[in-house]
Amino acid sequence: MKRRHVEELFIKILMFFSFMFVAGSLGAILITVVVKGLPALSWQMISQVPKGGYYLGKEGGILNAIVGSLYLATGATILSFIFGLPIALYMETYARKSTRANLVRLALDVLWGIPSIVYGAFGFIIMLALGIKASLLGGIIVLALLELPIMTRAMDEVIRLTPFEIEAASYALGATRFETAVKVVVRQMLPGIITAIMLAFGRAIGDAASVLFVAGYTDRMPTSLFRPVASLPLAVFFQLGTPYPEVQQRAYASALILTVIVLIISLGSRWLSSRINRYVVK
Amino acid sequence: MDTHIEIRNLNVFYGDSQALKDVNLEIPKQQITVIMGPSGCGKTTLLKSLNRFLELTDSTQLKGEVLIDGADIYAPGVDVTEIRTKTGLLAQRPFPLPMSIFDNVAYGLRLHGMCKKGCSLDDRVEHYLKEAGLWDEVKDRLHKPATGLSIGQQQRLCLARGLAVEPEILLGDEPTSALDPISAQHIEKRLLELKHNYTIVLVTHILRQARRLADYVIFMYLGEVVEAGLAHEVFDNPKMERTRDYLSGQF
Repeated sequence: MKRRHVEELFIKILMFFSFMFVAGSLGAILITVVVKGLPALSWQMISQVPKGGYYLGKEGGILNAIVGSLYLATGATILSFIFGLPIALYMETYARKSTRANLVRLALDVLWGIPSIVYGAFGFIIMLALGIKASLLGGIIVLALLELPIMTRAMDEVIRLTPFEIEAASYALGATRFETAVKVVVRQMLPGIITAIMLAFGRAIGDAASVLFVAGYTDRMPTSLFRPVASLPLAVFFQLGTPYPEVQQRAYASALILTVIVLIISLGSRWLSSRINRYVVK
Repeated sequence: MDTHIEIRNLNVFYGDSQALKDVNLEIPKQQITVIMGPSGCGKTTLLKSLNRFLELTDSTQLKGEVLIDGADIYAPGVDVTEIRTKTGLLAQRPFPLPMSIFDNVAYGLRLHGMCKKGCSLDDRVEHYLKEAGLWDEVKDRLHKPATGLSIGQQQRLCLARGLAVEPEILLGDEPTSALDPISAQHIEKRLLELKHNYTIVLVTHILRQARRLADYVIFMYLGEVVEAGLAHEVFDNPKMERTRDYLSGQF
């Protein structure tokens, strides 16, 4: 065998093992969650709020956390989208390769790397200063901060793949930069936008540390933006922290619910983006 | 000769390098003007100076005047979108917009609100698709993605899209270079028909295409205009030695 073929073989084996490592990790997590969580999962768990003594193993469910998490993540995703899309479009259409755009990118990358507990602590300090209590709104805002760099950079990367000639074609027809951004660039990157939203949503719904301080926890259903709200990651955390095996099992069931929500959203957005994909110019 | 575009003392720089040197030209109305020359001679730069496309690239500097119908398009206060609406552009490779065939043609019409009361968008789109010679091939799939068309069809779609904003001038930057011979012929045929209503400026490096299409020829070399004049004069009786060398295929 020649050196080049050995090289080729080596790389192939390496790729196979990296794939197995990634797929294996995902599989191991899924299997653990399903095996440990499925026996404890019941209709009661997803249709009821915790009753007295729930954390001691008595009756009830975690509907409050399911709904709370959906509210938190959806609100945060909407909020960060409102800020993220214009930033991404600005960087592509107006600032392009300028120093300013690169500074924005750098700032977003740094924000991306900041651990979520720091966002939580940051939000907490601000809330203390303003005299606000832990609430759904606080959670949404802090999670939006956490999502913003992820969503914006993901969209930015997709927008940068847009061939400039498509924009040029629009300019040639007498369109302004704004019209081109909104009517052409957004359509071209729609599948990418959906992926970016999904990525950010998945990150937000699974994050426990940032909501720990700012959203609080409650056994009630969320009814107001200004009241504390429960969330699934914290539900997992609290249940796993009890000394009772049956409650610990419910923690795995809660984790299973969280995983299924992320899975549904992930697959749904894939389906959606493949539907709109057909207009994209490659 | 009825002048449509006049270029006066045009100098263009990309950073430190000069792409166009003291260009002075008159481009006739409703005829096909072909810009020829070896690669890197400034053909495309000259073309892009006519619809203010150069400013889309950073670090481009332009001095001089380009007058369309006697008005300088680089004068302060000129609306760049108006200039670009006046000039249609066919690029080297067709790039449809990420939407359906119908919406591609309707894009400009909607943008400029050109189809208001008493106007049927369907009719306008059909009209321009016919003008670009594409209607028969796409009439049954108007709402399918434009990317499903062949490259040749896409270029005619780009033509229809450009015509729809009712420009006076059509610019072509080697518009057939990415096309197969038959599609290229289609485009050439269209251009010959369209010249009765539009001033057409084409960049090409295909000498035979230039001979087939040109009424008026501009020959460029290293950023300068070497020779410009009526096509038959330049082709049959070039005054400058460089032009003669180029026409005989020496570079």
